[in-house]
Amino acid sequence: MADIALANPGAISNGEAARRSEARTAWWLASPAIALMMLFIIVPTLAVIILGFTDYELGYDGFQFVGLENYVELFGDRTFRQSLWNTTVYTLIVTPVSIALGLGVALLIESETRGKAFFRTVYFLPVASLLVAMATAWQYLFHPTIGPLNAMLALVGIEGPNWLGSSSTVLYGLSIIGVWQTVGFNMVLFLAGLTAIPRDLYAAAEVDGAKSAFERFRLVTWPMLGPTTLFVATISVISSVKVFETVKTLTEGGPNKASEVLLFTIYQEGFVYLRIGYASAMTVVFLAILIVLMMIQYRVLDRKVHYA
Amino acid sequence: MTQTLNLGRIVRLSLLSFGALVFLAPYIFMISAAGKAQADIFASSLSLVPQQWYYVENIQKAMSRVDIPTLLWNGVVVCGIILIIQVMVAVPCAYAMAKLQFRGSRFMMALVMLGLLVPIHATALPLYVAFDTLSMLNSYAALVAPFSISVFAIFLFLQFFRALPDDLIHAARLDGMSELGVVARVILPNAWPAVTAFAIFSVVAHWNDLFWPLIVVTNSDYATPPLGLLFFRAAEAGDDYGALMAATLIITLPLVLAFLMAQKRFVEGIAMTGLKG
Repeated sequence: MADIALANPGAISNGEAARRSEARTAWWLASPAIALMMLFIIVPTLAVIILGFTDYELGYDGFQFVGLENYVELFGDRTFRQSLWNTTVYTLIVTPVSIALGLGVALLIESETRGKAFFRTVYFLPVASLLVAMATAWQYLFHPTIGPLNAMLALVGIEGPNWLGSSSTVLYGLSIIGVWQTVGFNMVLFLAGLTAIPRDLYAAAEVDGAKSAFERFRLVTWPMLGPTTLFVATISVISSVKVFETVKTLTEGGPNKASEVLLFTIYQEGFVYLRIGYASAMTVVFLAILIVLMMIQYRVLDRKVHYA
Repeated sequence: MTQTLNLGRIVRLSLLSFGALVFLAPYIFMISAAGKAQADIFASSLSLVPQQWYYVENIQKAMSRVDIPTLLWNGVVVCGIILIIQVMVAVPCAYAMAKLQFRGSRFMMALVMLGLLVPIHATALPLYVAFDTLSMLNSYAALVAPFSISVFAIFLFLQFFRALPDDLIHAARLDGMSELGVVARVILPNAWPAVTAFAIFSVVAHWNDLFWPLIVVTNSDYATPPLGLLFFRAAEAGDDYGALMAATLIITLPLVLAFLMAQKRFVEGIAMTGLKG
C-alpha cells in the first residue's frame, strides 16, 4: 500500500478515501450493537439511578424527586438489612465450601486415571440442569416427614430439622443447594488450572525432598493454583450474591424473612409492590456491590495474565 | 502410571464415588418419586423402587395440569431467537472492532467493558416500566428484547477475531467481497468454535433464567420451562410429590440429554462463562 502511494501522488487522497470508507463501514457494522447497548444497557442503567431519587410507583401518575430519602429509608429498613445480612451469610458459606470441594474433586479426578470422564460428568451435571426443577427435587429430599434425607438421618438416630421450613436452618438448606450447584463449575476451572502446571515442578520438588503428596501440594500445586483460586473465588462470590432462583422457588424469603436475599427483596419491592423508586435505590446498592466485586475480578484477571 | 490397587487409590476412588452418589442423589430420588403413588411416597422414603409402577399415571397427571410441550416449545423459541439475534449483532460489531480502523473502537471497548458490569437484574426495573407502558408484557418480544445485545458475545468474539490472520480478509477483499460478505463468508465460518461455545453458554443461561420471565410473563401461554414449573408448583396446593417430580423430570430432561450428548463442548462452553461471572 505504502509503496504504491509513494509512486503515485494521486493515490494519497485515494488512501485517505479508503480509510474514511473503512471507518464508515466499521461504524455501520457496529451500529446495531451500539443502538441496542444504548437502548437496553446504558439508558436503563441511568434510568435506574435517576429513579432511585424519586418516589415513582407504578400505577400512580407522575413522581417527585425526593433526594436521598429512599436511601435513608433503605438503611433503616429491617427487611433490607436482613436481606443484606442473609446474602452475606449465604455467600460466606457457599463460596469457601464450593471452592474447597471443587478443588478437592479436581485433585482427586486429576490423580485418577480411570473414570475421569465419568466423574467429571457427574459433578458437572448440576451446572447443566434446570435449577428451578432441581430445587424442587431438593425440596423433596429436604421434606421434614417424607424426605429421604431426614429418613436417612433417622436411621443413625438423628432427628433431622425442618430444613427449609424453619428460620434457623433455611439458609443452610439453601446453601447446600447452592454448593451442590457450583462445585462442578469450580471443578472445571480448577482442572484447567491443574493441567497448566508443568510436570517437572513436581519432579523438582521431589528431588528437593518433598516426599509426601501433601508436601508436593503445599509446595507446588497450591502456589501454582493461586491465580486460579482467586479467580474462582471472585466468580463464586459474584454468583452467590445473585442468588434468586432457589429462594423464589422454595421459600419466598421465609419463614419470617429468614431467607430474604438481595435480589428477592428487590423483586418483591419492585415487581410485586410496584414501588419502582424505592426498589431502584435497592438496585443501585446491589449494582454498587457487584461493581466492586467485578473490579476485584478484573484485577485478579490482570494478575493471572502477568503470572502466565 | 501403573494401575495397582494401592491404599491411596482405594481411598481416592471411594471418596469420588461417595461424592458422586451425593451429587446424584437429587436425580435418583427425583426419578424414584416420579414413579411412586401418593401413598407409596408417604410410606417409604428410602426404598428407591416404587411398589407399583406409577410413572404413566404421574406423567399423565402432570401433563394434564401443566402444558409441558408448550413450555418446552417456548423455551426453544425464546432461546433460539435470542441466540440468533445475539450472534447477528455481535459478530459484525466484534469484526469492526478487531479488524477495521476507526476512531470509535476505543469508545466501543469502553461500552463493552461497562456493559459487562451490568446484569439484567440492574436494568430490569426501567425495562419493565417501559414494556408495561408499551403494553408489551406477556409476549415473546418482551422475553427476548433485553437479551438481543450480549456484550459478553462481543467481548468473546473480539478476542477470537484478533487472532484471525489479516491475510484471510485481504484475500477475500481482493476477490471483490463486500465487508458484509467478508463477515458472513470468511469471519463467521472461521469463528465457528467461538460461536458454538457462546451458543452453549447462551442457551444454558436463558433456558435456566427465571428472573426476567417471572417479571414480564404472567400468562402461562408464554411461560418458559422454569416459569412454567413455578406456575405448576403454585397451582399445586397439596404435597403431590409424585406428579411434581414427574413434571420436574420431564422439564429437566432435554438440557441434561443435550449435555450428555455433547459433554466436552458443554464443559468448554460453560467454563468460558468464567470470564463473565
